[in-house]
Amino acid sequence: MKLANPRPEALTEFPNIYCPGCGHGLAHRLVAEVIDELGVRERTVGVAPVGCAVFAYDYWNFDVTEAPHGRTPCVATGIKRVLPDRVVFSYQGDGDLASIGMGEIIHTANRGENLTVVFINNANYGMTGGQLAPTTPLGMKTTTTPAGRSESDGRPIRIPELLNALDAPVYLDRQSLHDPVHIRRAKASLKKAFQAQLDDKGFSLVELLSACPSNWAMTPPDAMKWIGTELVKTFPLGIVRDRT
Amino acid sequence: MNRVLFKGNEVITEAAIAAGCRFYAGYPITPQNEITASMARRMPESGGVFMQAESEIAAINLCFGAAVAGTRAMTSTSSPGFSLMQEAISFLAGCEISCVIANVMRGGPGLGNIQPSQADYFQAVKGGGHGDYHNLVLAPFSVEEAYAMTLLAFELADRYRNPVILLADGMLGQLMEPVDLELGPPASFPTRDWKLDGAQGRKPRSIKSLLMNDGVLEKHNYHLAAKYRTMQKEVRWEIDRQEGSELLVVAYGSSARAAKAAVREARAQGLKVDWFRPRTLWPFPSEALKDAARRSGRVLTVEMSLGQMVEDVKLAVAGGTPVDFFGRPGGAVPTPAEILAAIRQSLSRRTTV
Repeated sequence: MKLANPRPEALTEFPNIYCPGCGHGLAHRLVAEVIDELGVRERTVGVAPVGCAVFAYDYWNFDVTEAPHGRTPCVATGIKRVLPDRVVFSYQGDGDLASIGMGEIIHTANRGENLTVVFINNANYGMTGGQLAPTTPLGMKTTTTPAGRSESDGRPIRIPELLNALDAPVYLDRQSLHDPVHIRRAKASLKKAFQAQLDDKGFSLVELLSACPSNWAMTPPDAMKWIGTELVKTFPLGIVRDRT
Repeated sequence: MNRVLFKGNEVITEAAIAAGCRFYAGYPITPQNEITASMARRMPESGGVFMQAESEIAAINLCFGAAVAGTRAMTSTSSPGFSLMQEAISFLAGCEISCVIANVMRGGPGLGNIQPSQADYFQAVKGGGHGDYHNLVLAPFSVEEAYAMTLLAFELADRYRNPVILLADGMLGQLMEPVDLELGPPASFPTRDWKLDGAQGRKPRSIKSLLMNDGVLEKHNYHLAAKYRTMQKEVRWEIDRQEGSELLVVAYGSSARAAKAAVREARAQGLKVDWFRPRTLWPFPSEALKDAARRSGRVLTVEMSLGQMVEDVKLAVAGGTPVDFFGRPGGAVPTPAEILAAIRQSLSRRTTV
């Protein structure tokens, strides 16, 4: 029997330890498929975040380093600056990128570093049990906003739109992983972002809306639906900037 | 011989280039700005990468990335910036990544001032960041030694895959002295069979300090501890001793310069005083110090702080020799005259015991 979608070479056989319905597995696989299709697995170095995807190096069949929480873009920049012909990307969650690492992502984007950022937005801190994230929609209940996020907790931060205020980035995009059509679009966006790096164009970032059924207290199908009907209201999908 | 007049800060840059360092990231902070400025010029001239980071946190993590990719990397800062780097230094230690960090100490705590200080001893020597780990800590006391020790710092960082702290102070950073630029052996680069540069024709590698499985982190800590034991052989010190010594003055870095002047004056006045200078603060020259202290019968530790290294001096002599202390905090530099007065006081205590 021939599999329609065999395991990408860039994905290891490490068993999936993410929660049922979690978007990280999908995102890991899409990154692996894109790396394979671009033929760059043997010259790719990934930087894993602190958060649920902290074990990303177990899933990817290429070089991966960890980084202190939020400093992922700095570590990626250090690698890329000394190995400019390698493909370097950081993979970060919303706490890592949009909260503790906000300074680092802005300055990395502003320098137009020729690397790619895969930004997973699941609207909360998954690893630590579902706290308020900078990306939590108003009204959403988390363990640290038991009455729901209010405006005094800060409003949701839209990262591609925020980075769009800078001159340097070449590609800023937001896609979603909640159904097959959107998953295919997400993959196309990732490919475009990595291609921009291969073409030496500069900084690219793709945000992916990703389900967290465990902390959202939803079934995986309900979580997928909620992204498509609710989360996209706070985080509209589509390319924010394309200068590739 | 190729003797050139250099400022302490600038000689660190020159030595880093000579050592094959090809990545530097730094953030402006006084009194070490000459390192950053000279790096901005020298790195591109030498085919290396210079980056002005958005913060000290970014600077050390940029170095982490460059070092992960196999490049000799360094950053420099002064006390408040060194505080910000502690998290990443713990990661460097845990991941066993080599990196050189120069801390040109200034007065603290807090924003303090920009005068020379030695109040970051605990932070550099006792860890500073979280977890069971040690930095190698080198303490130069002249511009020429700053050159030699920077060369050494890169060798040791690579040999042990460990962060190395070059612990200087604002006085040494600003001091100008002649330096022989032909000092030291040419840089040697151990095989980096751990670096991440793309898994071309080999199995992928990962670099991590997250070890969640049962017992794995404990095992990793024992592995690090074994490495720290082998690092003990890198201990270095300098001693100036005479027959019949009645007091051993112990100091490092800039305070060792003032102490040396005070000891010279004391001897001219007929006092029997020896001088001992730890050149590595971790590993600490405990054995040599213990022997020298026993010979003199009494110790006076001098620091530009209210007493930090003195704790390691006391541990070294283990109660076998009385230890006195003289220091000035907050960016104040002890003068040779003040130290000479402290020497006299120590000697008077010795005779009254």
